[in-house]
Amino acid sequence: MKVELEADKCVASGQCVLAAMDVFDQDDDGIAILLEEQVGEDRLDDVKEAVAVCPAAAIRLVEQ
Amino acid sequence: MRRIVVVGASAAGLAAAETLRREGYDGTLTLVGDEPLAPYDRPPLSKQILAAEWEPERLALRTPDTLAALDLDLRLGVAATGLEPADRTVGLADGSALPYDGLVIATGVRPRRLPGEGAHVLRTLDDALALRERLTPGRRLVVVGAGFLGAEAAAVAWQLGVHVTLLEPAPVPLAHAIGTEVGQMLGQAHLKRGVDLRCGVTVTEVTDAGVRLGDGEVIEADEVLVAIGSLPNTRWLDGSGLTVGDGVVCDEYCRAAENVYAAGDVARWYNPLFGTSMRIEHRTTAAEQGMAAARNLLAAPQARKPFAPVPYFWSDQYDMKIQAFGYLRGHDEVTVVEGDLADSRFVAAYRSGDRVTGALAVGMPPKAIRQWRQAIATGATWHDSVSTTVPAVES
Repeated sequence: MKVELEADKCVASGQCVLAAMDVFDQDDDGIAILLEEQVGEDRLDDVKEAVAVCPAAAIRLVEQ
Repeated sequence: MRRIVVVGASAAGLAAAETLRREGYDGTLTLVGDEPLAPYDRPPLSKQILAAEWEPERLALRTPDTLAALDLDLRLGVAATGLEPADRTVGLADGSALPYDGLVIATGVRPRRLPGEGAHVLRTLDDALALRERLTPGRRLVVVGAGFLGAEAAAVAWQLGVHVTLLEPAPVPLAHAIGTEVGQMLGQAHLKRGVDLRCGVTVTEVTDAGVRLGDGEVIEADEVLVAIGSLPNTRWLDGSGLTVGDGVVCDEYCRAAENVYAAGDVARWYNPLFGTSMRIEHRTTAAEQGMAAARNLLAAPQARKPFAPVPYFWSDQYDMKIQAFGYLRGHDEVTVVEGDLADSRFVAAYRSGDRVTGALAVGMPPKAIRQWRQAIATGATWHDSVSTTVPAVES
């Protein structure tokens, strides 16, 4: 699955990093950064959690 | 379980519905919302929407396709009017009755109002759009209440060239929640831009001319925004037998009764991480609690998990991004542990008893904030956390 991030919606909460630290990081202003665009089955649960807890609904998982 | 009803189609209700499907529930799933719109996000209402930086379409929490994939029995634009736990039905305003095996209550809150007609409130998209069309340069806006919502709206209005008067009953804005010094600092942010912040002022009613104060003085305004907090939407639960007291009272599993759970702004639950019952009106908690309630509803009793989050909220005011973790209310002490209040760049830590229970940061990088969140999440002692970061502890 592909992860999509709308950075201009990001509110810098860092919730995605807490949910999936190997997929998301934050820049110095706290804005989320994608470390990996493609995620395998093993990381899907954590990324789905990140999608769900993002307070700005800025993360999406897209089927390919 | 073959029939689950989720009442409330905002962040918490949507998260509950999505989680039920993710966890494999494939029975009938009804999502009831009193607003006619598909689930949308509320925090931008007092920020990007009010400032006219975003159009309403950007608020949609899910695309139509994603929503359709949930295979919901979606009932929008109809409020729940009653709950009969004995025959397990939810009554709706259109006269229909929904039978359920499991129920998630996520009906949120409504704004508190003042006596008198014609004031704006800010809770729904319609509210925000109605206010935004009136915020044109040179007009006079009175905002009643300098909490986070009132302060955000005041900041946006000021940026739009509106003359803003911000009225607050307490001597210092938000002092009860975030402490006197931090509250003063946020108050200064208004004053130095020319927003007329007046504290210790009681507003008794909204009038045609503006607002009337406790001492009889009338402050004239073209528009009035009342932002004095909110009330949980629990009236529809009268007579249901559920315990209601400033929210739907739940245990640590967000459970209000057998097969009945609550989530989001309306839920008052026992948070074992802080050892107290709380009702949190934060966007992040709504989503997390919706997920937790859904999982516990489906789980066998011994597999239920307590909902023990570190609450989080943010607020955008002028050029400041304010972020707070934990449970700051009722704290015993606040100490600036990094940066300086005067620079609007700092982290303040909050102590309750001998524990770090909260942190509030303005203009700080994520790393500086994350370690404090960690301290709160792990129940770190105040002494260990603060003595390792600051040489001398202020009291």
